[in-house]
Amino acid sequence: MPNDAIFSAKNISKFFGYGKKRVCAVNDVSFDIADGEIVSIVGGSGCGKSVLAKIMLGLYSADQGDFLYKNKPITNTRDHWNEVQSVFQDPFGCFNQFFSIRTQLKDAFGILKNRPSSQEIDQRVDEALLAVNVKPADIEGKYPFELSGGQMQRMLLARIFALKPKVLIADEPTSMVDACVRANILDYLMKLKAVLSMTIVFVTHDIGLAYYVSDRIFIMHEAQIVEAGKPEEVTQNPKSPHTIRLLEDIPDINREWIKK
Amino acid sequence: MFKLLKNLIKEPMFVIGSFLFLVTIFAGLFGPYIYTAVADGMSYESPSSQYWLGTDNLGQDYVALVLRGLQNSLYVGFTAGIIATTIGTLVGLFAGFKGGIVDDILNMFTNLFIVIPSFVVLVLVSASWPEGRSLTLIAVLIGVTTWPWTARSVRAQATSLRGRDHIALARINGASNLQIIFKHILPYLASYVFMVFIMQVASGILSESAISMIGLGPIGEGSTSLGVILNTAKNNSAITYGYWWGIFPAAIVITIIVFALYLLNNSMEGVFNPRLRK
Repeated sequence: MPNDAIFSAKNISKFFGYGKKRVCAVNDVSFDIADGEIVSIVGGSGCGKSVLAKIMLGLYSADQGDFLYKNKPITNTRDHWNEVQSVFQDPFGCFNQFFSIRTQLKDAFGILKNRPSSQEIDQRVDEALLAVNVKPADIEGKYPFELSGGQMQRMLLARIFALKPKVLIADEPTSMVDACVRANILDYLMKLKAVLSMTIVFVTHDIGLAYYVSDRIFIMHEAQIVEAGKPEEVTQNPKSPHTIRLLEDIPDINREWIKK
Repeated sequence: MFKLLKNLIKEPMFVIGSFLFLVTIFAGLFGPYIYTAVADGMSYESPSSQYWLGTDNLGQDYVALVLRGLQNSLYVGFTAGIIATTIGTLVGLFAGFKGGIVDDILNMFTNLFIVIPSFVVLVLVSASWPEGRSLTLIAVLIGVTTWPWTARSVRAQATSLRGRDHIALARINGASNLQIIFKHILPYLASYVFMVFIMQVASGILSESAISMIGLGPIGEGSTSLGVILNTAKNNSAITYGYWWGIFPAAIVITIIVFALYLLNNSMEGVFNPRLRK
């Protein structure tokens, strides 16, 4: 069967540890992600969504099953990272404290096969910073610990704007920042999709956010994908009890949260 | 960096420690050249205006001897410290960063070295090397037997850094393993490694004194270390005859260097570790 999927997973599993301590982080999961799609992986803590994201990113490899990127298994991670990049959860922990932000944004170009000239790198970094509404002069000579969490998360996104990968794996990019910044970051994700027609895998525990941004939602529970579908289907006709629980947990201003 | 220095200077332990350390370093480096004396006294003359610290069994001036001994002891301490810290840091970094089987093998190797009593190895090797034990040989021996503790502590730190996001980011930035280790892990450990180095120097000086004291230290012209001075005094029954100047000056100088190094180490801990900062 011809398959134009960017990612296709067939019965993949991932284990950690061995013997009695063996933990199954991803259990017999299959899915396809099409080019240009925004897919959200939603689930509670420890459900395996981040591990799945790291498998897509090529930082982990699946222990069982086939995981294909553009119909080929990931053999050369450097080639893979040329096209697939990521934004991580903790903006503070993502940058090396000993180098300036600009240096590190420029370092990111090290992964590109056709590395631009240093002039072009500078120019692309400037453009990327402007794309996330940061004046290049504002971060000139600044170190990671001198910026706020929101600014740091934007720096991570600037890195993506600069590298222009084909696929972005966003591993809970909004969980460590406040609500205003969260809306901002979602805007930038939309911009990435619109301008660069990027395929985006958005990992989150917030099904409400996922509803707004995604073309499809995967619900994960205990290492398995328990439900997958369009946001409307998943939120309006949830089939799995785990989806219902996630939906119940969306904050609602009219609901009484603390039972009297 | 500047702030770090300012914090250090506020620490009285650091001020005292670095003062003592600088004095000993200065005395060790330049002392033997500034203060030159010929061996023309009688055996074990007591301290006088001519020989401030008296003379030894051969009639040599003890001030000159102690200065020379200090120089050699510092040489041994620093050489051993550099060797032990380098081996230990590299082994620890690779074990901690690589994890898995590399970690297991390196860890096994480290534990093997830990369970071998290093002092016994030092004594055995020194004893089976009856002639031409140079200062460098002793220093290398101390260095290659004391690295496991450094390796262990560095490994623990590197393991905790390995899982951090900035390492994952460096990876997807295309950094090689070596780049990750030296650019993204080592800087985080630099202050720690420096403290470990200071401790290794101190223990190197003590180990050298100890094996010299039992007569297995360096032999040969110009290889008088502080431990060798103590050993010579002991062999000539300096204590029995009450020649205190044969023992005390050298012992006190050893104590001062090690004390200074411990003070430095302790004060740095207080500055590098934000939780201990006042």
